[in-house]
Amino acid sequence: MAEVDYATLKKGGFMRQIQTDQFSMRLKVIGGQLKAEHLQKISEVAKKYGKGYIHLTSRQGVEIPFISLKDIEEVKKELSSAGVSIGVCGPRVRTVTACQGSTICPSGAIETSALAEELDTRYFGRELPHKFKIGITGCKNNCLKAEENDLGIKGGISPEWNKQDCTYCGVCEAVCPVNAVKVDKDKSELSFTESACVYCGKCVKSCPSSAWQGKNGYFLSFGGMFGNEIKEGLHLLPLLFDKEKVFKAVDATVKFYQNNGKGGERLGRTLIRVGSGGLKKEVEEAVQ
Amino acid sequence: MSDALQIDARVDITTVVCPVTFVKTKVALEELEDGQVLEVRLNDGEPIQNVPRSLKDEGHKVTNVTKTEDGTWLLTVVKGGLSS
Repeated sequence: MAEVDYATLKKGGFMRQIQTDQFSMRLKVIGGQLKAEHLQKISEVAKKYGKGYIHLTSRQGVEIPFISLKDIEEVKKELSSAGVSIGVCGPRVRTVTACQGSTICPSGAIETSALAEELDTRYFGRELPHKFKIGITGCKNNCLKAEENDLGIKGGISPEWNKQDCTYCGVCEAVCPVNAVKVDKDKSELSFTESACVYCGKCVKSCPSSAWQGKNGYFLSFGGMFGNEIKEGLHLLPLLFDKEKVFKAVDATVKFYQNNGKGGERLGRTLIRVGSGGLKKEVEEAVQ
Repeated sequence: MSDALQIDARVDITTVVCPVTFVKTKVALEELEDGQVLEVRLNDGEPIQNVPRSLKDEGHKVTNVTKTEDGTWLLTVVKGGLSS
């Protein structure tokens, strides 16, 4: 019998199980969204070739366990006929995760689903020194835990106060989670400590007179990981207001990692070894 | 400082949690005519973070928010105040 190339199978999303010649098949999901017809096909395949169930992974992936080695080609064909793609594993760009963002969520500061698709198109599967996770979260609530990814993107709202429209009602002070706003109703005065602001946009969204206006943007983090080693991603850039700049920053990060990362070394570890100054400089230049 | 408005109705939502906080507020507003004023007593935390925004989203104008000595908030809102 021919030698089984497990490495290639793993690269193609087939995770070897403890049972001989059984694989958990990793499917491609972008931004945590699957079409109903894809779900239907996945369900059929799980019943026909697996054990009638699927596993939801911690990063919005779907796996079909108990696929036999002999059925792999058949399963691939069947899924592909319905437009279901296979995921990846190993040292490359993984699933781009995302919350539902401003399309669905009242807290959302940025659109996330289309952004996940775009990032996936640009980077998914790209070979890098080690696994590379990209995660997008729509706001400060951080449901998708941006900072635990090698590259995290978080939506934020940079607020701006227009004195002439303010009625000094006190809503912004009441809703600010970090006490960055103080309103003196008697003197009709407002003070805003910008350095304390966490870009949550609550002042903008709640202001009854629209005195607070906001500019929505992207807050990036670099080198996060949450596995064998735990490290929070670093914020090396201010809020970016232009999606193209986000892509430029990601391009620069990927290039930096390719040039500086060692095989089997996560970006966060690379930044510890060589320092984050080099990456900071490169992403700053990229978004100029 | 906004002028003291006449309060037409009051509702206390400190005994309920989100999303019932806003549901209770909406029910109280339904009893009023446009332009009338509702005073809402609400808790710190999630209710004060969410209720003013939900009121704005539905076209009602919050005119004042004050923290009371017991740590709750008093909010006055004009029904339909943002639609005019």
